[in-house]
Amino acid sequence: MARNFGLMAAAVCALAFAAHAQQDKSVIDEIEKYRAALGDGNPAELWEARGEDLWKQARGPKKASLEKCDIGLGPGVVKGAYTVLPKYFGDTDKVEDLESRLVTCMVTLQGFTREEVVKDPFGGPGKKSDLEALVAYITGSSRGMKMNVAGTHPKEREAYEIGQKIFFHRGGPHDFACSTCHGDDNLRIRLQDLPNLSKVADAQRAYTTWPAYRVSQGELRSFQWRLYDCFRQQRFPELVYTSPASIALTMYLAKSANGGTYNAPAIKR
Amino acid sequence: MKKTIGTLALFGLIAAGCAAMVSDEEREAQALAMMKASFKESGQAKLDRLDQDDMQKMCSRYHGDKVMPRDVGEKLEKEQQALIKFPADGKLVGDWKSGERIAQSGVGKQFSDNPANPNGANCYACHQLSKAELAYGTIGPSLYNFGKIRGFTPEMQKYAFSKVYNSQAFSACSSMPRFGHSGILTEAQIKDVVALLMDPESPVNK
Ligand code: HEC
Ligand code: HEC
Repeated sequence: MARNFGLMAAAVCALAFAAHAQQDKSVIDEIEKYRAALGDGNPAELWEARGEDLWKQARGPKKASLEKCDIGLGPGVVKGAYTVLPKYFGDTDKVEDLESRLVTCMVTLQGFTREEVVKDPFGGPGKKSDLEALVAYITGSSRGMKMNVAGTHPKEREAYEIGQKIFFHRGGPHDFACSTCHGDDNLRIRLQDLPNLSKVADAQRAYTTWPAYRVSQGELRSFQWRLYDCFRQQRFPELVYTSPASIALTMYLAKSANGGTYNAPAIKR
Repeated sequence: MKKTIGTLALFGLIAAGCAAMVSDEEREAQALAMMKASFKESGQAKLDRLDQDDMQKMCSRYHGDKVMPRDVGEKLEKEQQALIKFPADGKLVGDWKSGERIAQSGVGKQFSDNPANPNGANCYACHQLSKAELAYGTIGPSLYNFGKIRGFTPEMQKYAFSKVYNSQAFSACSSMPRFGHSGILTEAQIKDVVALLMDPESPVNK
C-alpha cells in the first residue's frame, strides 16, 4: 500500500506537470494511465472493507446487522443491487437511491434515529463516514455488471422527468444549471474535461465511475457528495442529504447510464 | 346506474390519461417545489436562488431539440439590454492588471465563500485570454487578441462592457453569467476586466 501511495504521488506530480506542459493532453487520459500503473491498489478498498464489516456487524439499539436490508434485489442481496438503483420501494412508498435506502435500513432494522445516521454523510479530516464506507462496499459488489435501472413505475417515471427538469433548471446569481457545465460535447472548465451528461455515452462513463476515491482529497466520495459539490459550484443553496431533488436527479442520470458497465469505486484526480 | 358507472369509468380513463401526460409547465412547477424542499439556506446562499426570472425560466425550457423561437429570444435580449447600467463617469476601461486577477479568481457567491471578500469572475474557466495562461476552459470562445482583432474603438469598449455586464443582452440563453446585472462584479471590477480585453498593453492583446 505504501508503495502504491508513493507511485500515486509521483503520478499526481507528473500529471500536474503534464497538464501545464501540454495543454492538449486530456487530463482523463493521464488519470487512466496512473490508474493502470496502480493496478489494484485503489485506496477505495479500505472503504470497501470497512463497509463490509459495517454491513455484517450487529449494530444499533436493535443489535442487528444490515444483512436483511433490501437495497433493490431483495433482502440481503448485495451483488448487482446498485445497478437497479434508484428504484421504487413499496415499504416506504418512495423512489430511493442507495444512500437513502441505507438510511432507511439503519433506522428500521438497526433502530438508529435518522439524525444519528445522517450526522456524518461525508468524511473529512478526523471524521469517518459510515455511510461512505457502506456505499463503497455495496457499489463495489456491482463491478462488471451492466446498469439496468427500470424507471417504469409511475413514481420512477415522475422522478426521472422531474430530475430532467432539475438538470436544466437555471438559477442563482450565475444563471447556472447542471447543463451549463454538462450539456455539450467536449467542454472543459479550466483543464478539467466535462462529461455531456445529456448524452448516453458520457452519462455512462461518468455514472459508472462513481463513487470514487479522490486523490486530491484523500477521501472516498459518494454520488450524493458529487451532486452536493456541483450544486455548490452552481451557486445554489446547500443540497440536503438524500433529499427528493437529489434522488430525482440521480434517477435521471442513472437511467441515462443504462447499458454502461459499472466500474466503481473508481479513483479520480 | 349502468350509465353512471360508464361515466365514472370514462372519467377514470381521462384522469389516468392526464396523469400520464403531465405538461412541461406542470413538471417545471413540480421540480421547483421539490427543490424548495430539498435545499437549505447556507451562508449567503438563500432559497430564493432557486426562483427564476423570465430569462432563466425560458432558457431552462428550451434545450436539445427544443429550439427557442426567434421572437422569444429577441424579446429576451431587448429586455436584458434595457437593464444595463453604464458608469456615470462615462469611463469604461480600468486597470488590466486588476482585471487579470479578477479573471483568474473563481471565488464568490458559493455558500462556502466569505461574502466579505471581493468576488472573482473566473473568465479563464470558460475562455482563453492571455497566451501565458494554459489552464483555460472551452465553454466560451477564445478571447485571445480580442481588442487587437476587434479594434480598440469606443464602440468595442461599449460592447465589451455591456457583454460582461449582461451577456444575455446579445445572445439569449448564453452560458455566460450576467456579472453586472446579478451583482457578481462591481462596476469598477467590470471596468478592469474590460481593460484586460481592450487595453493595448494587456497580455490579451500581445
Ligand atoms: C460551474 C460548473 C459546474 C456545474 C454548474 C455543475 N458541475 Fe458537475 N462537474 C463540474 C466539474 C468541474 C467536474 C469535474 C470535477 C472534478 O473532477 O473535480 C464535474 C463533475 C461532475 C460529475 C462526475 C463526472 C465524472 O466523470 O467524474 C457528475 C456526475 C456531475 N458533475 C454532475 C453534475 C450535476 C448533476 C450538476 C447539477 C446539479 C452539475 N454537475 C453542475 C462542474 C460543474
Ligand atoms: C460559464 C462560462 C463563462 C464565463 C465564466 C465567462 N464567459 Fe464569456 N462567454 C461564454 C460563452 C458560452 C460565450 C459565447 C456565447 C455568447 O456570446 O454569450 C461567451 C462570450 C463572451 C464574449 C463575446 C465574444 C464575442 O466574440 O463577441 C466576451 C467579450 C466574453 N465572453 C467575455 C468574458 C469575460 C471578460 C468573462 C469574465 C468576466 C467571461 N466572459 C466569463 C461563457 C462564459
